[in-house]
Amino acid sequence: MNVPPPNSTAPKSTGAKKIAVTVSAIVRLNSLVTRFEFKRCDGELFPTFSGGAHTVVEMQDGDIKRRNPYSLVSDPAEREMFAISVRRDDEGRGGSLYLHEKAQVGDQMRISFPVNLFSLDLRARKHLFIAGGIGITPFIAQIKQLDRTHGNWELHYACRNVELGSYVDELTTKYAHCVKVYYDENGQAIDLKRLLDGQPIGTHLYVCGPKGMINWVCKAATDAGWPDAHVHNEEFLAPKPGRPFAVRLAKSGLNLEVGEHESLLEAIERLGVEAPYLCRGGACGQCETNVVESEGTFVHRDHWLEDDEKACGTKIMPCVSRFEGKTLVLDR
Amino acid sequence: MTIQFNDETFRDDYSFKNSQRAIDRFPFPFHEDSYMYSVNMEQHQGGPSDSIYEKRFDVDEHYVAEMRDRAMVLADDPLRCQSLPHMTLAGWDLLELIMVSKSEDYPALFELHRDGDNWHWINKPLGIDDHFVFMDETTLPYGPMEYITRQTQGDFCVLDQRDENLWMDAGMITTQADWSLDFDIGMNFFEWHAPVPLAHEKGIFIRALKFLLSIQQGAPARRLNWTMTVNPLLDTSPENYHKWGIQKTSVTPKNLGSKQHLRVELQTFFRLPRSNALVFPIRCYLISFQDIVSKVKWGRRLHRVIRDLPEELATYKGFIDNRPMMLEFLSKYDDGLETSFGVWPEEGTEPPLQK
Repeated sequence: MNVPPPNSTAPKSTGAKKIAVTVSAIVRLNSLVTRFEFKRCDGELFPTFSGGAHTVVEMQDGDIKRRNPYSLVSDPAEREMFAISVRRDDEGRGGSLYLHEKAQVGDQMRISFPVNLFSLDLRARKHLFIAGGIGITPFIAQIKQLDRTHGNWELHYACRNVELGSYVDELTTKYAHCVKVYYDENGQAIDLKRLLDGQPIGTHLYVCGPKGMINWVCKAATDAGWPDAHVHNEEFLAPKPGRPFAVRLAKSGLNLEVGEHESLLEAIERLGVEAPYLCRGGACGQCETNVVESEGTFVHRDHWLEDDEKACGTKIMPCVSRFEGKTLVLDR
Repeated sequence: MTIQFNDETFRDDYSFKNSQRAIDRFPFPFHEDSYMYSVNMEQHQGGPSDSIYEKRFDVDEHYVAEMRDRAMVLADDPLRCQSLPHMTLAGWDLLELIMVSKSEDYPALFELHRDGDNWHWINKPLGIDDHFVFMDETTLPYGPMEYITRQTQGDFCVLDQRDENLWMDAGMITTQADWSLDFDIGMNFFEWHAPVPLAHEKGIFIRALKFLLSIQQGAPARRLNWTMTVNPLLDTSPENYHKWGIQKTSVTPKNLGSKQHLRVELQTFFRLPRSNALVFPIRCYLISFQDIVSKVKWGRRLHRVIRDLPEELATYKGFIDNRPMMLEFLSKYDDGLETSFGVWPEEGTEPPLQK
């Protein structure tokens, strides 16, 4: 979107540098979730980050370069290592399976600088966190950050059962008074109406978990009269497979075929065309691409474009959206 | 290289001056013979050796005098530095960014020694040697933002990021081009830019905001902005307009070359790690017209830019009344020859003045 000015005084660069890392530890938390720790290859310290930030992990899986975003779960003040927690997704496109089944201690990977699309609102007098399943991950770092700055917070965490309660032991030991855990299989559920009703003025609500849970919590907050600006949620979509389709990149003068299991963004990258991204999950807006010409139907799946933008078919978010039809020409 | 710090003033007798080195490295902002707004961003990842783009926070011969001037402004008007309560963490982020950058980029001038949260900061040009505890405000004489920006050239806007917008929730503003932190504090990006003409219609601010919201850690950005100032005044604030506004009428054809200054702002943008806030340093560089025209290409080009600038912009930038006099001066340095593309003076290849 930004052509460097012709007086350009800067060395040519393609955005933030990546950090070369080594997998330093792999810790199985339970039958679905594994924690991966990274150290920098150059021996330097990692940057600090803000709770809720994610990193995009690049993995070379045979011929395929996979890039998946994961919330950082290490302490933001910890500079020696970064950690992520990955839920195995057997129906997914393979990134989590690669990490679970193939990644070994000592493997080298590249990760992005931290990016935060789910940051704390530091004006909040209280932070109320609601997590479902693997949605706990951004809150782990936020809690560590708030613990250090003596912030006022409370966590309500729903898990399927005791076995799958990632980080439950750590949280309930360290912060017994601030954490409440609910197990679905024991018939426990968050009494949301009552919980929201009892919050002091100036509370901010954060929810991360399955789509159904996010919708449930956001609707309950709206119904209870919470201001939109006090309700925060994060849902990264994983690209979904779909029928292969053909694309022409007008600026690069290239034609390509997007495979069944790859996203449009990945197909563009595969051809070596520079394409911007931050989240790769339809949330940040960075990869927004103009459509030059199209004949067919867009399958918009992102949270970024407005409904009218989706309807008029002049823009597409290649990280998660697809196309079905005869012709698609992009301004890329 | 060692820097000789000038003993100079930006008020009263205006003893400010640029050495030959400062003129050579001046950030001339026009890459062609005309000017219009654009989102002219580029990465802030170094630049040519000894240029003002080379370091993350440029320190030059005016450092000590600028910091003295800032202290005087703050003594008269403490509201030039404000930080809303939720911005303290961003203040620590900024303190760390500047201390780490300066101690790495200018090891002969600044030292930072860290032992966990026990920090030792040495600022040799200003004679400061302080021990403090990182993230413990009680161990510093000021809040973290004020402490470090009393020691760093340029104004600083610290912008909170939330609700897909940026908010002017903290700042140190003493060298501004006629805008007020006390008026803008708490405003969002569109609110504080409301007075700017033409750019809204061009959708510039929507695109600029989008760019700024996605600035990442490890990938700072920069751009230049410019205006005009009569006398080398750093503090051209609305609060003090009654003092400096009248000086615009003191320009005569005879003194214009030394009194009229081009004011260029190097604006940089850094994502702050702990707070996820954005810091927006605005570094002001001043140069007199007589020093600009010592570079033949800059003389030719400045004449054409000022001559062809839309009236709204000349009014907004506050020099519409003096424009005829400025053009009379500058026309003597424009022989109509072509200029080369780009901002650099190109002294070896640009033809000498044919007048």
